[in-house]
Amino acid sequence: MSAKDLGISVLGADARVQIRSDSDIVVARQKGRAMATASSFAPAEATLIATAISELARNIVLYAKTGEVILKIVDNGNRHGIKIIAADEGPGIADLDRAMQLGYSTSGSLGLGLPGVKRLMDEFEIVSAPGKGTRVTVLKWRT
Amino acid sequence: MEVPILKQGEYLIASIQSALTDADLLQLRDVLVEHVGRYRSRGVIVDVTALDVMDSFATRTLRDIAHMIRLRGAETVIVGIQPEVAFSMVQLGLTLEEVVTRLDFEEGIAYLNSKKGASTKLGSSLPRRTR
Repeated sequence: MSAKDLGISVLGADARVQIRSDSDIVVARQKGRAMATASSFAPAEATLIATAISELARNIVLYAKTGEVILKIVDNGNRHGIKIIAADEGPGIADLDRAMQLGYSTSGSLGLGLPGVKRLMDEFEIVSAPGKGTRVTVLKWRT
Repeated sequence: MEVPILKQGEYLIASIQSALTDADLLQLRDVLVEHVGRYRSRGVIVDVTALDVMDSFATRTLRDIAHMIRLRGAETVIVGIQPEVAFSMVQLGLTLEEVVTRLDFEEGIAYLNSKKGASTKLGSSLPRRTR
């Protein structure tokens, strides 16, 4: 196993969590919390990060069945942040504007997912098209 | 990870010990709703102190648990929501609506006991009038 596979405490190392079932949601958010804590994020911020990862990973399970969460500690010269990429090759989202509206959900089981995650994070980007999967990239800077 | 459920008199106590998957949360819901009938419980305490994250799914499932148990004729109180968990719930816009919450286990028991006192008084006055 390489240092990259272990990669939690080392700045700049990234972690990849394959998402195949609801138990992987827990694995992904725990890994994200561990990385945030190792990078000196405050406990409240680490919980925000874990919660955002939980929502993003659940979207993968619900809509795409399988996908991946990639976690990276980044540094812009002044401060550290954590970047979270949730990527899948699922059905994609036809109407992104609508998906970003509060309360909107096609599965009937979410509704606060994407707009909620956007509120928790400092930066949010989503790329998706029908049949082309979905890729959500978010970033939270350490305060 | 199964949640241990203890029976204490007329109450059931579900003490979450670690992070729960969605399937674990749904199982907790089903077991509690069934146990309320089996043990003829008046109240249920769900202790979430050890829960790492309260995301939209966990919040909705806890709300469902409380509503279903109310429909079965018992009271539910959620105890032990940690400060940082409360913070992230507020940031996400998640609410437990009318579900009763208390600081910790002790306060949860005190709440259920106060509800019990109220129903006992009402219950004991009714038979007297009909006699």
